[in-house]
Parts: sequence; structure tokens; C-alpha cells
Amino acid sequence: MDHYIPPDARILDADVDYKALAAQDPVWTPPPPQLRSLRANRREFIKGVIASGTAVSAVSYTMGARSAQAQNAAAPERLITVNVNGQTRRVDVTANETLAMTLRYKLGLTGTKLGCDRGECGACTVLIDDVPHHSCSTLTHALRGRKVTTIEGLESPNGELHPMQKAFVEELAPQCGFCTPGQIMSAVALLKVTPKPTRDEARLALSGNLCRCGAYDHYLNAVMRAAREA
Amino acid sequence: MAYDLIGKNFTPPDIYGKVTGKAKYAEDFRADGMVFCRLLTSPMPHAKVKKIDTTAALKLKGVLGVLTADDVPAFPPPNNPILTKEPLYVGEPILAVAAETEQLAQDAIDLIKIDYEPLPFVVDPLDSLHPAGPTARLDGNVANPRVKYQTIKWTARDFAVAGEGNLPMGKPAAEWTYGDLEAGFKEAKLVLDESFVIGAQGHHCMEPRSAMAYWQNGKVFVFGSSQSQTAMIPGLARYCGVEPKDLVYVAEYCGGGFGSKGTPYPQMAIPAHMSRKVGRPVMMRVSRAEEYAIGQGRAGFQGRIKVGFRADGRITAMDAYVVAENGANVGFWDFENFGHTLSVVYQPLAMRWQGIPVLTNTPFRGPQRGPGENQTALAMEPILDKAARKLDLDRLAIRMINAPDSGGKHGEKRENFTSAFLKEALQKGAERFKWDEKVKLSGQRRGSKVIGVGVGSAFHQAGFNGFDGLVRITPDGKIHIHTGVGNLGTYSYAATSRVAAEVLKCNWENCIIERGDTRRGLPFNSPQVGSNTSYTQSRTNFVAAMDAKAKLMQVAAKDLGGNPDDYDIGGEKVFLKSDPSKSLTYAAVAQRAIEIGGAFSGKEAPGDLNPITQAAVAGLAGTGLIGVAKDKLAFEAMPPALAAGFILIELDVETGQHKILEYLGVADCGTVIHPMGLATQVKGGAVMGFGLAATERYVLDPQIGIPANTGFLGQKPMSYLDVPSEMHWDAVDMADPSSPLGSRGIGEPLEGCAAAALVCAIADAMGGHYFNRTPVMADMIVNAIAKRPQSYKALAANTQ
Repeated sequence: MDHYIPPDARILDADVDYKALAAQDPVWTPPPPQLRSLRANRREFIKGVIASGTAVSAVSYTMGARSAQAQNAAAPERLITVNVNGQTRRVDVTANETLAMTLRYKLGLTGTKLGCDRGECGACTVLIDDVPHHSCSTLTHALRGRKVTTIEGLESPNGELHPMQKAFVEELAPQCGFCTPGQIMSAVALLKVTPKPTRDEARLALSGNLCRCGAYDHYLNAVMRAAREA
Repeated sequence: MAYDLIGKNFTPPDIYGKVTGKAKYAEDFRADGMVFCRLLTSPMPHAKVKKIDTTAALKLKGVLGVLTADDVPAFPPPNNPILTKEPLYVGEPILAVAAETEQLAQDAIDLIKIDYEPLPFVVDPLDSLHPAGPTARLDGNVANPRVKYQTIKWTARDFAVAGEGNLPMGKPAAEWTYGDLEAGFKEAKLVLDESFVIGAQGHHCMEPRSAMAYWQNGKVFVFGSSQSQTAMIPGLARYCGVEPKDLVYVAEYCGGGFGSKGTPYPQMAIPAHMSRKVGRPVMMRVSRAEEYAIGQGRAGFQGRIKVGFRADGRITAMDAYVVAENGANVGFWDFENFGHTLSVVYQPLAMRWQGIPVLTNTPFRGPQRGPGENQTALAMEPILDKAARKLDLDRLAIRMINAPDSGGKHGEKRENFTSAFLKEALQKGAERFKWDEKVKLSGQRRGSKVIGVGVGSAFHQAGFNGFDGLVRITPDGKIHIHTGVGNLGTYSYAATSRVAAEVLKCNWENCIIERGDTRRGLPFNSPQVGSNTSYTQSRTNFVAAMDAKAKLMQVAAKDLGGNPDDYDIGGEKVFLKSDPSKSLTYAAVAQRAIEIGGAFSGKEAPGDLNPITQAAVAGLAGTGLIGVAKDKLAFEAMPPALAAGFILIELDVETGQHKILEYLGVADCGTVIHPMGLATQVKGGAVMGFGLAATERYVLDPQIGIPANTGFLGQKPMSYLDVPSEMHWDAVDMADPSSPLGSRGIGEPLEGCAAAALVCAIADAMGGHYFNRTPVMADMIVNAIAKRPQSYKALAANTQ
């Protein structure tokens, strides 16, 4: 398991030169300081989100008007460049916009799913520089220069399936299919780092991907098959 | 019987969309000018909305409109409302706000002022039955599709005479009896009287029930998440306030339903009503916490079973009572299924069932995988084990002697099965699992870990009749199999379509499955619920294909001479039996059908078809040869789905954690039509069952009625690390005589047998300690082993 990268070690935005970036794009303003060295854990993410004024989509128990909260009524969008599936794409993004929402609503890439929107289920898993991340808990503005790979980026340009996708088909791995893109992305990341994992290593690597249908056994069969046939 | 397609594995066409991300679920659809709506949900468990002030909200630039209960159709209580002015649980939708962005919609919601009048509430059914206790609704505390909406209060005496830890048994809402109970108990060598609590469970489908809708030329287009397809049309149309002909419903993929999306649910209509109000397409994205609140849950049980056993373990008498939690509204009939299931799986010689579905101020309940059936397995299977221990019998033997066979009876009226092979399933599983060897490992210790072994069995009805099938052959030689089956992830839409291809002896590569969008002309099928599809839609595809076959032969006789009986089909041709060189290709017959018209091309259709099928045929008329029929095959008995689960665990007595080392599930679903598909259900059902048995909780604060766990982290469904690395499956694979290709449905009991086996294995590891409560969690186990009191009150529900 020496190649497995534990979640705390995944760091985005360690040394981005914001001044230089601002010079390229005069209307762009740097994000609030909390985002500058964003460790991709839940606590930091939520702090960053609150700082930028997002309304967190949880059940609200208050009964009256909360006028103080409505300050961010029209959050300004900034035009940024993101690298998704090998393509450079320009997109208008608000400071508090998650990568999942940018992919799904602005880049036409609906393959990445939202199961919980709070980092509990893994359905939104994408790769950022080949490392799995919850796109629901990643701010698009924090990407800067990183390469994003989604489920749509796996098949070859002529439509041929990625070996992992082929293995999932052959083992009848997906049931309802909703968690499938996330499972595949986690599996692809695993094999990049550990080309011949044991079944237990595969279990651990995918353990952040919940499957309510309980298709775990067939998912593991598919991952092991892809590893064998690689 | 050797089939070309049936019983063989194949690649279902929709799997490519799933692995490439091209599959579109409800929240993936887009429309020009689409706006978003969000829900304002109740902060209180029971209240009246006195005043809604939206002035500040509507002033926000980009906010387009507010939808309240006054703007949508209302349904008489206790039916599920679309929006409400008397919320009955925390999280119930009161109104919706549409805006250009979700952010704006939520900001607008935060600016809305609502005056609430708090009302009494209750989260435990027994509290509501107590004479001094509150009732969930002002005008009733007992409701169900199967009983009159009413108030039932027990007496203080009912509670007093029960005694510590026993379920009080006041007036039920319904009951039935057969046989002589008194004689049965007299004959028994052992009588057990067990009270139990089976915890409720949120469905927590991976895909929350988002929906999108817009209007065009008087028709409403709804993109929703449902297990079923054409079965949704009548109810969804009613929720949207339109005639079925004015609804276009698109549901190509469904990210899990487990019973909560099997039939129309009111919130799916919210975007439709909002869209009509604001004149834009509307997307309603549902969050995980909202999905907990509006996504339904399983009915919890507080129950009691008194059972009499002979010396050989045969059940002579059973007296069973269940208090089922019905949520805040009409709910589902889990309470009835409890009695029915006991009569099926255990074949008691005499039996009384009493039940009462009680309302609580908690989220709606709806059917969840084996609604009532699987709670029954969790309650009764440990009682069998307890009896086996006391009578010194093998735990498999006590199940074998009570299990139904094809001659068994079920229910109050002692009705028949079409066939039943539970004994064979138990036998097959025992041999493969090596039960006789494994039981010897019971109680073996390895440090702090103890081995436990368990077996469980479960049931669900597995089929209906009377729905329609529709196939079409076009002049290009393609065979279009039109299916009204939804795509909930079981691939049954494809497996049952292969029945039509089998009958017509088609090359599967030439078959196109038409599904998922009512514009494709789909027949009226059963809902994809209750483990029925593999039986019900095998029949509909069978009769439709037989109709096409008959027409193929009629056209051949018309054109080539002789009688239709002189012809047969094969190789996608219809040929003269006495001289096969005289033939017509399917493509040619399709062309002729268009020319001949009438019933051949769908210009005429049988009058007994459902109106939805009639409309589908009318839309396809003139495009080829149409085979369409209503399933009128004999349906004189009940087809059952039965399953047995075998499990080996290691229980850590210091931490209370268990580790599943081995699991085998064996299905009795008649002929197996799709082996790999069945494998996914045996294993997937078991995974859900393990969660139901040992980790998934449904907890609310009894003082303020607020749910304690609304997401995955709190509910704790199974992850990869909670289930064994490998799981195994098998099937009896004996044909059911009432089903054209021998198949019966299967999805639900596969969860119950696994859940029951796990609970039994934990009890076994503990030397025969029965909690009579699920989920069986680590702290309960540790307290029991340390002989410390438990943290819960006996018979309390929803508070642990």
C-alpha cells in the first residue's frame, strides 16, 4: 500500500502566484486568503464557502427572515481557464462555485453525479492531476493549472472505451449506474499508481465510493479484471 | 428446456451510458431558459402555517415566483400532498421558490417570513396509542390505503397488563384468524412469546429525486426519477393536473428507488406547476437532506409473536401482533404483509394476525424492499433459532420442517402458490455453504473474536398479470420491443424483452428495445416494484410476441397460400413447414403489414388494451407489423419469490464489531432468465440487508421531533469495507408452471434472508443472545456481553 496517497496529503494551490495571474486578467480579483493554501479537507472547504457567502444547502430550521444572509444575491462571475479532459476551456465561474456544478451546468459534462453534495458518498469523484477528489467539495477557482479528468474523458476520441470501462461492462458491474462514474474514476486512479493491486487494496482505494445498490462485489471483479488484462 | 436467449448472459444496451457518463438521469436534462427552484421545508414536526409573507423575497432581482399549497392540486387527507399548509414532519415542503440561479432561490427562501402555530406531535407509535399520548394529525392517528382513516386509542389497562418489555395489545385496526389456536398451543412442546422492535430505515437512493419540467403546446414534459415507466403516467398526470395524453414522461435511468420511486410521488410535479406559473423550464435539484425528508422510509415495527413448536420444531400455532409506523400520511401496508409473510414462510398450522398502522410526525413511509416482508424475517428468524436451541434441533432443520413447498398454503384464505421451492433453496445452500461443518465452528474463539454462523429465509410475492405487451417489426428487418418497464438498475427491462426475441426466434443483434420515453410508444406495464417484473413482463412480452407470430403466419398464408397453421418461423423468416423454400423474411412481412393495414399494422387494436397502450399503438400505426396483446394467461395462484441466506461472521466481543467472512445467497425465482442479473440482485440485496440488520438507524429527537441523521454519514449504509471481499450466489432454477418461460420475480427477499442470517449469526456468536431489536449495533452487543443495561427503553422506536 506504499503508493496509496491518503486524503490529507492532497494539496491544491500550494504555490500559485496570484499577483501574476491578476496581471493577466485585469478584472480578476484574488480569492479570499482562506483559499490560497487550500488543503482539500471538509473543514477548510466549508470555511472557504462561508467566507464567500454561499448558502449551504442543508435543512433550515429558522423560521423568520434572515436578511443578513442574503448579501450575496448576485455573486459576480469571473472568466477563468480550466483544463478538463485534455481540453482548455474558458468558463464564467463564481467564487463559491463547486467544480461539480461547473462541470454539470456550465461545461455540459453531466457524467459526474451529485449524490450528497457534501463529501460523504463519492459519486462526484473526478481526478485532479490523477488524484481522486470530491468535485462537490472543490471550488473551481482553486483548480488553477491543474488537470481535471472526468468520466467523459476516459474513452478515446474515436469512441473506444477505456479498458476500465470495458471491464465494468463485461462484469455487469453497474446496477442503477448513479455511483458508477465515481467508482470508475477511483479505479482508474488506483491503477495508475498501483497497476496490480490485490483485491483488498482495491477495496480500500474505492471505499470512499458508496453504492446503495450494493454492487461492490461486481465492481471489484471489474477492477481486478482491468488490472489483470492491462 | 433449452433456450437460445433465456438463461444466457448478455450485455444490456443501457450499460454503455452508465460507464461513459452519457446516461441521463433527471438532473442531467437541460432546456433553454431553464431556471431553478428550491423548497422551503418545515422546521417543526407538526404545525399550522398561519401566514406567509413573501414580499421581501419577491423583491430580489432574478426571483421569478413562489408556489404554495394554494397553487397546486390538493388531495384529501391522509394522502400525500404536493405542498402543505399543515406540515406533519420536519422537512416537509411548504412552498417552492423559482429564480434564475439556485443561489437566488435559496436567498429568497431565507427572506420569507412564516408564522407557524406549533401543534402536538409524536415520534413513537406506542406513545400515540397511549390514551394520554399525542396524535400525529388533528383528525386521526391510524391511516393506510388498506384501513379507514380514524383515531384509535388503547386503554391504560392495555398498557398495564402487558408487563415489562411486552408489547401491549389493544384494539387492532385489522385482524384475521385461521385454524384452532388454542388447540395448537396446547399441542406445542415449547411456547415462545417474543416482543420486538424492528427499526425503520431511510431509502437513501444514491440519486435524489430531482426533476425538471416545461410546457409546450399544452403538454407538460417531465424528466423525473422513477423505478417504473408507463405505470407512472396516470398518477403523475393527476399530480400535474393534466390528462395522461398531455403528459410526456422521460425517465431513461433511475439512480435507485428501492420502492420509494416505484409509483408516482407528489414532489415530482412541483417543477411542472412552477414552470406553468413562471413560464420557464424549471429544474428542482433535491439535496441529500431533502431526499431523506421526502424520499420516504421503511415502516418500523413494534411487534409481538407468540409461537408454539412441536418437539420436531414444527409450528403448531402462531399469534402475531404488529404496530407498524406509518409516517405522517397514507403510508403502505407493511403491517398486513407481516401477517401474510408469517403464513407463507412458516406455514403455521393455526394462526391469528392483528395489526395497526399508526401515524407519527416523521417522514412519509412508502414501500421499501420487502415492505413488511423483510421486517418479518428480522423478527421471526431469530425466534426460530431460539426455539431450535431450546428444543436441541439443528437451525437448518427447524427451517426445513416449516418451509413452504408447492403444495403449501398462504394467507387467511389458505390460498395456493403457483410453485414454491424454499426447501430446495435451503438444501442447495446448505450443501454449497457446507452448513454441517460450519455450524461446528460456532462459538470458536480467536482472541477477542468469536465465530457465529447463521441462516435466514425470506419471501415476497413475485408477479402480477393483466398488463400489455407490444412488439413491432419494421421493413428494415429490425424487431422493436416496446417496453413500459422502468430502468431501476436490475436490467429486468432487457431480460424480459428477450422473452419476445426468444418467442420470435430473433437474432438479438437485430432487436431494439424501445423504452424510457413515452414518445416512443410504450405499452402499459406493471410498476417495477414488489419483485414482479421478471414474471409479469415475461408474460406481456410473451403474449405480444405470440400475437406477432400469429400475424406473421397469417400474412404468409395470405401471400403464399394455405393456412397459417401450415407455417412456422425461424431465422427471421416465416416459412411453409412442408417446403421451407417458400418463405418471407420478417422485413418483407413488415412491408406487407403496412400495405394490408388493419390489425396487422396497428390501425386496429384489441379493445381490451389499456388506454395508454391504445395510444402507443395509434402512434406507431402504419410503421410495420404490430404485435400487441393484453396478458390474459391464467393467474389462479400466487407466484412467490423465496430466498435463503447463509453467513459466517467473526464478532469482536470487546468492540461489538462484526466482520462478515462468508456469505451465500440462494434464490428461488423459477427459471433463471438472466444469470448475471440475478447475481447482482443476490449480492446487492444482501449488502442492503446487512445494513438493515446491523448499522442503519432512523433516529429522531423525541422532545423536538427533529431527525438526528439525514445523510449517509448518519444512516451508515454499507461501504466496501463493511461487506466481505467476495460474495456468492446460487439459484434453484426450477421452472414455475404458471409462467410462460418459468420465471418469477426476485429482488426483495434477497435482502431479507441476508439481514436475518446476519442477526442470527450475531446471536449465535453470543451463545444464543437475542436482542429482539434491530439494527443490532456494536454498543448493544458490548453492553449485553458486559451485562450492563442497554441505553434504550424496551419497545421504544426511533429514539436510538
